[in-house]
Amino acid sequence: MFKTLLSHVGKYKKQAILSPLAIVGEVLMEVLIPLVMSHIIDDGIRKGDVGYVAKMGALMVAMALCSLFFGAIAGRLSAVAAMGFAKNLRSALFRRVQDFSFANVDKFSTASLTTRLTTDVTNIQNAFMMLIRGAFRSPIMLICATTAAIKFNLRLSTVFLCAIPALALSLAFIISHAHPRFEKMLKQYDVMNARVQENLIGIRVVKAFAREDYEKKRFDESADSVRRAQVFAEKLVILSMPIMQLVMYASIVAILWFGGKMTMNGEIFTGELNAFISYVSQILMALMMLSILFIMLVISRASIQRVYEVLAEEPTICPPENGLTDTADGSVSFRGVSFSYFNDMNNLALDHIDLDIRSGETVGIIGGTGSSKTSLVQLIPRLYDATEGEVIVGGHNVKDYTLDALRDDVAMVLQKNVLFSGTIRDNLRWGNANASDEEIEEACRAACAHDFIMGFPDGYGTELGQGGVNVSGGQKQRLCIARALLKKPKIIILDDSTSAVDTATDSSIRKAFREKLADTTTIIIAQRISSVQDADRIIVMDDGRITDVGTHDELLATSSIYREVYESQQKGADE
Amino acid sequence: MPRNQRPAAKPQNVFGTMKRIFSYMYGFKVQLVLVVTGIVLSSCAGIAGNYLLKPLIDVIEDNLKTGSRDMSKFIGILSVMACIYIVGALSSFMYQRMMMKVSTTTLMRIRCDLFNKMETLPIRYFDKHTHGELMSLYTNDTDAIREMLSNSVAQFISSAITIVGVFVFMLMLSWILTIIVIVMLFLIIRVIGAIGSRSGKGFIAQQKALGKVNGYIEEMIDGQKVVKVFCHEDEANAEFDKLNEELCSAATRANTFANILMPVMNNLSYLHYAVTAIVGGILTVKGIGGMTVGSVVSYLQFTRTFSQPITQVSQQLNSVLTALAGAERIFRVIDEEPEADEGYVTLVNADIAPDGTITEADHRTGRWAWKHPHKADGTITYAEVRGNVQFDDVYFGYEPEKTVLNGISLVAQPGQKIAFVGSTGAGKTTITNLINRFYDVPDGKIRYDGININKIKKDDLRRSQSIVLQDTHLFTGTVMDNIRYGKLDATDEEVYAAAKLANAHTFITHLENGYDTMLTADGANLSQGQRQLLAIARAAVADPPVLILDEATSSIDTRTEALIEKGMDQLMEGRTVFVIAHRLSTVRNSHAIMVLEHGKIIERGSHRELIAQRGKYYQLYTGMFELS
Repeated sequence: MFKTLLSHVGKYKKQAILSPLAIVGEVLMEVLIPLVMSHIIDDGIRKGDVGYVAKMGALMVAMALCSLFFGAIAGRLSAVAAMGFAKNLRSALFRRVQDFSFANVDKFSTASLTTRLTTDVTNIQNAFMMLIRGAFRSPIMLICATTAAIKFNLRLSTVFLCAIPALALSLAFIISHAHPRFEKMLKQYDVMNARVQENLIGIRVVKAFAREDYEKKRFDESADSVRRAQVFAEKLVILSMPIMQLVMYASIVAILWFGGKMTMNGEIFTGELNAFISYVSQILMALMMLSILFIMLVISRASIQRVYEVLAEEPTICPPENGLTDTADGSVSFRGVSFSYFNDMNNLALDHIDLDIRSGETVGIIGGTGSSKTSLVQLIPRLYDATEGEVIVGGHNVKDYTLDALRDDVAMVLQKNVLFSGTIRDNLRWGNANASDEEIEEACRAACAHDFIMGFPDGYGTELGQGGVNVSGGQKQRLCIARALLKKPKIIILDDSTSAVDTATDSSIRKAFREKLADTTTIIIAQRISSVQDADRIIVMDDGRITDVGTHDELLATSSIYREVYESQQKGADE
Repeated sequence: MPRNQRPAAKPQNVFGTMKRIFSYMYGFKVQLVLVVTGIVLSSCAGIAGNYLLKPLIDVIEDNLKTGSRDMSKFIGILSVMACIYIVGALSSFMYQRMMMKVSTTTLMRIRCDLFNKMETLPIRYFDKHTHGELMSLYTNDTDAIREMLSNSVAQFISSAITIVGVFVFMLMLSWILTIIVIVMLFLIIRVIGAIGSRSGKGFIAQQKALGKVNGYIEEMIDGQKVVKVFCHEDEANAEFDKLNEELCSAATRANTFANILMPVMNNLSYLHYAVTAIVGGILTVKGIGGMTVGSVVSYLQFTRTFSQPITQVSQQLNSVLTALAGAERIFRVIDEEPEADEGYVTLVNADIAPDGTITEADHRTGRWAWKHPHKADGTITYAEVRGNVQFDDVYFGYEPEKTVLNGISLVAQPGQKIAFVGSTGAGKTTITNLINRFYDVPDGKIRYDGININKIKKDDLRRSQSIVLQDTHLFTGTVMDNIRYGKLDATDEEVYAAAKLANAHTFITHLENGYDTMLTADGANLSQGQRQLLAIARAAVADPPVLILDEATSSIDTRTEALIEKGMDQLMEGRTVFVIAHRLSTVRNSHAIMVLEHGKIIERGSHRELIAQRGKYYQLYTGMFELS
């Protein structure tokens, strides 16, 4: 998991490796400086040799400059490496999501994908920077300072050799026990945030049922659980600071006790004693940093896991190596097609469908909620792959085409459609990046969108907010139809795309389709009989099967389901 | 650290906000006193321990010079030192423990306060603020406050004490060397200022770039299916790369400065050390100012501890300011005007005698009455809740300059079904929003059972009505919980009955755990149609005199709608019902149909009357069928 993620460091590998190296330089200087300090005290000040003090002082300044140089380099390199890593990771994730099929996206849900690409990546970026800055710094500091201290005076170093394991063990104990507590806390936190989100989205329902007090009570409970989980987790972590202080102070006292006696015996000098005390704080601080780093890593582990899941997810639809780049015509055939969203033949959304649609034909599809109308048409532009059987477009299996070729020739207006921020013209050009203004206008006229667009002060230059918030539902649907028309497809599929359009406009759109897109295969899914009754053929679906096929009049005579639907909409019309 | 990732936004009123955060710590007076004492003790212990180095080393030097082995003084000083250190460590443990208790509780109080306020805000507020904006109050802003309370406050105090304490001791040790400290201090502040302001600017730029990248990600992932259908992947990638590159360079710049601060400060302190050593050495040799080896050693130790707290304070400063800015955002919401409710007419259970006299009951009787206290003479009258709704020339706009409703007048008699028909934006939903007072209109314009609707307490008004919206919102919990949302004390049997009425019972029993199936994320595991059925069941269980159906069946196909029609008819029986629907087949059997255009009722009448009128309704209706 970590390996996959780290492979995205990519061209910033150089910086990622050099940065710890520079830190080694910085640490070396920091370890050597107390040595120089001890000489200043022992050989300079105690002996009254001001010249020596000045010389060593100059050396120390030079070393400090050196250390500053390395430190600054390391700071710069680690920033470049960490931010570059985050950039690569984000880009890899974004591309991976672009490669995802509908089935992949369904698996994650869009909200969770967004979090993974934003918050989680930021968490990983911060952890990574901490890692390349601290993960080397602390152990190197630990090793260098310990080595220096041992070389300095082996006997005094026994103090460290006792202190380090003691502190390391207690920190390890704290971390290992705190980890599950933190996970629990984060879970409680998620529950609380989900509650807030739900209330934001459903505030009208809450208010309409006057359930404010009920929701407040539930939130208070939730907030209290968070507090308790937080106390439970932090109770342990806050132990680390006093323990560290205790160990450090004990070491200082011990060093002064043994060292003091040694100094009085003339075995070591005062300056050396002083240097030793510097090492105590350096070593123990390094250990402390290491434990903080560990906690950070534990916290970011959830993010790493979530990002990894996206990267490891294989797109379920892969285009062929040398796919066909053009469809012959707009004919569509289903040969024994079964389909399941879960790849489970016992849980079929489509059950052995056989169907032939001629090029240029207009086909309507009618059926109740959950009858799998959408599932059927989604197989044509290969948004999903059939679990069994073949879907054939223009004489070839859809799997033989490149995805670009197939989807360019099969335009689908989705039931849950989206417009993007930008002008109306920008959005329409999604259909054809090179469309001229005339072509755009023509498509909009066919989709009955031209008139309302011209009603806006800025016409086609009107800015749409994110998700197309400033147009009504019906207007949005018409823009989406126009956008699909601009592709000049051989097959166009309207998946309940006029549900929010009023009936009169709906009928004029269909009229335009009949006149201008006579050669285009048109497949219309609708709730309203009126939207499909003038189609060449109407397919009636029920529970994943095609129950009847025929014209409006034929179906009225033969199909009981069709008749029921018709009558449910018809009742009262002749009164 | 993430704290660096937030913009260095400036709080408006530092002390006011601070005070207000502290006001949430009520009941913790003793703990707070202990916390401060603990902080003071632990930082003093650090300084005092350091200061004791001087006499200790002087004793060692003395012994060395005189060759005496008088250990009593040495042991004495060392024992005092040990005691001081133990006190320091213990008090540091104590204050952290106390502070944790205080800060987690404070945070919970702020969160609850925020949420409680949010629930009382008018719908209008939610129109104006995005979910993301409000959500970040609960995540980013409270997190920042948590950081501040659990880390920054204590560090701030202890750093301040350390700086002052160390400075005092340094001054006591040698005033000449302290001049160097002052020069260094000046230098340090300049350096922090220079680097800090660059990295601060960098972080603001980074935050902006991050906002753009995240916005783009959100939009593209939301529309990912459309991207696929249009083979727009390459264009999306190209645009993303551009934004991502901008973010990377801004972030690199900001973090470079932040990363450099530490080594700079560290090495400044070495410079300080070297200069002090040289000057101190000269002073000791020349014997100026009574300097001894001990005082130089302990002075040098102080220079090491001097720059550390300054660096810490400068790092904390940013996070404190961020936290305060976040707190101000939270307090701004808490200070928002809640939904105004000066209503005093309440909904009560009632016993209604055969002669029509109404008495208040303390249990559910199935009958409801409006309890209307009259301020003028102190009497209380009761009126039965029947569901009569009357609009009298109502004008309304969500914004003052843009009216949505232009002079709506209508009367709905109890038990009538009134339908609104018209294109999107004609004002259909707005009318229902006024009936349950999501938005308010001037006095007397809308009457409910003859009572001015503004006099009725909002909660009670809403409890007397049930609404089913097009966007059905379900809540995390079981199916049972969700239906019961309409009436919290409903028995299981009542819930089953409501579900059967809405034709939801069959599909619910087919779910994995039936009525105990958990719904998550707004009922993502159900189809839109199934969710609408649940929403109808939820409204049914509330059993209100007035029912509002706003495109309630739009996602249910006409055949299923026909199946639930019987149930719906039963549900509407005896209630005043307002129906909004696109599908004219849904509204056909209404007592009155109002055709709305641009906020005006342009036609009204029964289906038959409107068809006979050959007006807009007729056009819509025939346009649907094109029979002729």
